[in-house]
Amino acid sequence: MTAAADARPMSAPAVGTAAAKSAIERTGVPGWLQAMPFGLVFLFFFVIPLILVVIVSFWDYNDYEMIARFTTRSYTETFEGCLTQLPDLCTILRTYVSTVKFCFIVWVTTLLIGFAVAYFLAFHIRSATTQMVLFLVCTIPFWTSNVIRMISWIPLLGRNGLVNDALMKGHIVNQPVEWLLYSPFSVSLAFTHLFTFFMVVPIFNSMMRIDKRLIEAAYDSGASAWQTLWSLIVPLSKPGIVIGSIFVVTIVMGDFITFDVMGGEQIASAGKVVETRLNALQFPPAAANAVILLAITLLIIVALNRIVDVRKEL
Amino acid sequence: MGEGRSFAFYWLAAFFAAFVLFLYGPMIVIFVLSFQGPSGGLTFPLNGLSLHWFQKLWEGGGIVDIHDAFLRSLELGLVVMVLTVLLSLSAGLAFRKRFKGSNLLFFVAVASLIVPSIVTSLGIALEFRLLDDFLKNHASSWIADNVKTTMGLFTSGLGAHLTWTLPFGLLVMFAIFNRFDSRYEEAARDLGATPWQTLRYVILPIILPSVIGVGLFGFTLSWDEIARSSQAMGEHNTLPMELQALTTTVTTPEIYALGTSTTGVSFGVIALALIAIMAIRARQARHGSDAGEA
Repeated sequence: MTAAADARPMSAPAVGTAAAKSAIERTGVPGWLQAMPFGLVFLFFFVIPLILVVIVSFWDYNDYEMIARFTTRSYTETFEGCLTQLPDLCTILRTYVSTVKFCFIVWVTTLLIGFAVAYFLAFHIRSATTQMVLFLVCTIPFWTSNVIRMISWIPLLGRNGLVNDALMKGHIVNQPVEWLLYSPFSVSLAFTHLFTFFMVVPIFNSMMRIDKRLIEAAYDSGASAWQTLWSLIVPLSKPGIVIGSIFVVTIVMGDFITFDVMGGEQIASAGKVVETRLNALQFPPAAANAVILLAITLLIIVALNRIVDVRKEL
Repeated sequence: MGEGRSFAFYWLAAFFAAFVLFLYGPMIVIFVLSFQGPSGGLTFPLNGLSLHWFQKLWEGGGIVDIHDAFLRSLELGLVVMVLTVLLSLSAGLAFRKRFKGSNLLFFVAVASLIVPSIVTSLGIALEFRLLDDFLKNHASSWIADNVKTTMGLFTSGLGAHLTWTLPFGLLVMFAIFNRFDSRYEEAARDLGATPWQTLRYVILPIILPSVIGVGLFGFTLSWDEIARSSQAMGEHNTLPMELQALTTTVTTPEIYALGTSTTGVSFGVIALALIAIMAIRARQARHGSDAGEA
């Protein structure tokens, strides 16, 4: 339940003596054999598929099939006009700029909300049981379908929805507000609604590891609440913040469903470019766009990683 | 943090309450609207209360074969659940020992969470398409004639779901074993237990509640998965994929009824898992752990 940040894969369990540890290591089935089924799944359904994506992105194609012949056609077509149209942005660059913009908006909202919620749970709830119950309350929606959570906004935000009803009745507006649904606003709202979970869990986990005596020490030394928050809690929660940020950013970068359902199929996104090509059964261009998407996602992760060495913190 | 509740506490409590309302409010709205009367529409007001739209949904006819999609998702979810538990448990045990390639395997599992799902899905689709082509051109004519495609719910679809559920399963296993006191194992070994007996009668009974949690993760993640499934399911769609397709075409509360039904299944599974976990905990509290009882 405490997901990513609790992982401590490379070191043996914290509890127990050296003898017990070596007993675990010496006895029973060898480790590599126990891990093999798990590893094979990832070999056949993740590693090989990714390699194929890269290979096929350099293949040729015609209207009905892909042709195993090296060409950079898919890439050149994707970036067609990007140099000649300058300073105007070509379609693909515009799409990426727009997607990164959504990433940023969603990152800020989920981070602020997620941090506040985690902070409240970790430092203001005193009983461990209440803490667990409230934490579960936050996580249960994660176990239900994303599409349903998206469409559940329709009766609220639609032209005749509850929000517009209230605004009209309160004479705040005379016409129903149109930008509430199928707009950049509803897309960002849905992302925040769906994925704040990914911020709350790792940040909460980081905060629970902070030694409460540090906070008492800061209080005793005369630090104000803000000073404690800013110079103690925020830096010590950084691993959780970074892990949450990586999750949120990569989800938004690769998403095509939320953009489709909440954007009314009007808003382009990096993930949707891949999907559109796939629906046209143009596999090499789809693969090329997938490679570009993957490269940019990895760049963002590397940038976030520079802020904190995630692997050291796991 | 001192005595009494600070000003900040009330602000944050109010914020938290608003957040919970934000999480649950919309879902409650569609839950209510799915009981809309026969003449009601997609928004309020309610024109009476009825089970009309549920009936219409399950009668079929009106829209796609929800029945079959429902069963397909259920079957796939159960298989994914069992495999997620078995494979993550086995891998979790492996990571407690040192083995060659453990760093690489951990890296790959985490990468699988981070690589955009559409890319993984595309890769799996390519893999099976190329395999199909290969079989058509190179396999014996019997295979080439009888196998139309190797893609399907329990081949490419199952694999796609496992790349999503297994990393979560593994991370939960790490959390479990971080808290596991290995002195129990040592004691079992000193008393002459074989590694299998130690696992079966000592480790498993102790970690059983958390293992149920892994199963819950596996089922619900699979039950709601779309992005990875999108290119990898072959001929037939799973329930959430049908649901997504319906969002653009259906303009009646039937879609809310479908939403309420699938959420009902999710909540049912969560409730079952929580009840099982609590029952085990209560039993352990009463009798002490099952550990050591052959």
